Amino acid sequence: MSYFLEQVLNGLSYGLVLSLIAAGFAIVFTSTGVLNFAHGSIVLFGAYLVAVLHPTIGFWPALLVGMAGAALVGVLINTLLVRHLADPNPGTAAILMLGVDIVLLTELTRRIGNKVLTLGAPWGADVVRFGDVSLPAGRVVAAGVTVVAFAGLWYLFSRTDLGVGMRAAAADGPTASLMGIRLSRTAATGWALAGVLAAVAGVFLTSFPAPGVAPTVALSAFAAIPAWVLGGFDSVPGAVVGGLLIGLTSALVTGYEGDLSPFLGTGFGEVAPYVVMIVVLLVRPSGLLGSKEAVRV
Amino acid sequence: MSELRASRLASRIGGLVLVLVALALPLVLSDFWLQAGLFVMATAIGAIGLTLLVGVAGQLSLGHAAFAAIGAYVYAWSTGESTTTVGGAGLPPVVGLLLAAAVSALIGAAFSPVAGRLRGIYLGLATLGLVFVVRHLLVNLDQWTGGFTGRNVAPFAIAGFSFSNKSPDFLAVAGVEFEGLHRLWYLFLVLALAAAWLAGNLRSGRTGRAWANVRDSETAAAAMGIGVARAKASVFVVSSAYAGVAGAMLALAYGRIAPDVFSLTASVDFLVMIVLGGLGSVGGAVVGALFVTALPLVLAEYSGSLPFLAAPGSGGLDPSTASRIVYGLAIIAVLLFLRGGLAGAARRLRHRASRTPAAPPAASTANPGTASPSTQDDGHPAEVTPSRSKETTR
Repeated sequence: MSYFLEQVLNGLSYGLVLSLIAAGFAIVFTSTGVLNFAHGSIVLFGAYLVAVLHPTIGFWPALLVGMAGAALVGVLINTLLVRHLADPNPGTAAILMLGVDIVLLTELTRRIGNKVLTLGAPWGADVVRFGDVSLPAGRVVAAGVTVVAFAGLWYLFSRTDLGVGMRAAAADGPTASLMGIRLSRTAATGWALAGVLAAVAGVFLTSFPAPGVAPTVALSAFAAIPAWVLGGFDSVPGAVVGGLLIGLTSALVTGYEGDLSPFLGTGFGEVAPYVVMIVVLLVRPSGLLGSKEAVRV
Repeated sequence: MSELRASRLASRIGGLVLVLVALALPLVLSDFWLQAGLFVMATAIGAIGLTLLVGVAGQLSLGHAAFAAIGAYVYAWSTGESTTTVGGAGLPPVVGLLLAAAVSALIGAAFSPVAGRLRGIYLGLATLGLVFVVRHLLVNLDQWTGGFTGRNVAPFAIAGFSFSNKSPDFLAVAGVEFEGLHRLWYLFLVLALAAAWLAGNLRSGRTGRAWANVRDSETAAAAMGIGVARAKASVFVVSSAYAGVAGAMLALAYGRIAPDVFSLTASVDFLVMIVLGGLGSVGGAVVGALFVTALPLVLAEYSGSLPFLAAPGSGGLDPSTASRIVYGLAIIAVLLFLRGGLAGAARRLRHRASRTPAAPPAASTANPGTASPSTQDDGHPAEVTPSRSKETTR
């Protein structure tokens, strides 16, 4: 029983980290209509900045720089590239982001090389025990931070002029623009927010039990795509639900791999999120909490 | 009208010259270039299939490599002999090639409940899952696929004539010995030409127009009597069949296949090819395949003589890193500056050349809004030239 509980807690805390990334996908998509395939690289970039800077300036300042750096990369991608597409539509924007991802990821991979960079996080490889259930300390911190982050997002989107403006811009850009909302500002805010969330998620994805900052992190950030799609393309609460669902699924499938492998094969944990995604899309093409009007194609 | 006929004649002659050159190339090329050419022709067929799906019908797919993998493994399994480690059906290679196309198409059809209902980037995300699922199956069904390390591929043969170094052991044309690579070159050339011809006809025929109509507006397409879900499913099936053939050809060119050949990167590479070449253009897909497939091979071959490249693993800019950065930047540049990719740019050039002597465009870029009152569906002023990047008729 405690093994089961441990897997569930593991899955939920991992799912919360995924939902940070998934929320980044959702925010960029609602604010600019872009399917951001470079998001995984931005996650890696944030974690890379922290890993490189923490020996000289300490972990917390490095984390701030990482968040700012990832936000800046997002804003630059939007202002320098996305807004200058020769043929702006969701399809070409998605392919543009694949190009950006190739460049960013190749350059980061070259810089990191075969090394695995350490993060210098204060929680290190500590383990927290609740009775006979143990959980990595990084995951516990991650769960707390994620809850705070989503509370902040809720406050932003429902109680501040900027956040309400972003929602208005997502619902109907031209009308929002006529009402005096600056679309360039809401778009930049969306990309910056996604970048900040990506850097935070990157730190948690690379802390214990993960070995450290390595190029494969960008690929594990890919696992947030099913979470985002599951929840609904335009829904931040959907990202949380999707993240938890995917985290739980992959933790349980991996945790009980010995029992499942005769009929599912080894390594099904990596595939399970995508299988769940395809099944949900079959039943609900716009995700669990996505709104139908959000179809922007 | 006569101008149109002249330009069509010119492109026919150009195509004929290219085919003649391609026929003569094995007489002069070294083995390295022959091998590179085989990869280019194989991936070009996959790219042509994808450009029908993405360019003509407007559906994004990130699962193209999954269908290529299915084609490759179906060919390898059906033509391979059964051994102690991996199974095989020992069928004739021609049957194997047809099966590769058929099974890929069938699995594409099995995906049609998803492919027919989702559109655009949503389909792209759903197909992303296919790559991972197929890879998982390839690694785990090792009695058919050879598992993680892969399996060997039997050489192609028709009526006792083998497309390998044996049977006949010695064959020479104009003093050049024709080995497996030379023989495969002609097989691939025939397949590539047939694929391009078929795709061109599909695109400009009734089916292709229906696909393009679905891309531009599903509502309008439905109002015209086109079954939207059926059209989307059918283009997905056709593009899967193309991918299956491309996969079988890649298997023949490699001689041995493993799951890693058909990763997500391979799917992205197919997309890059058609974007560089110009979405919806068959010729563009071939040029894109040439660029994406040949660039890393060429950079690796000549890395010794290129001063800015370092040896792999030394931490400097090694050939594969350099080629990835180059084509990442190429995608960005094409999408920002070259509407319609290389094919679109070529079309505009041709158009300008044929128009300048008769009547120079009165109002050029200075005020496009008044020069051409027609606007495009996304609200942007149309270009002065009437050709559009995604047009289906010429």
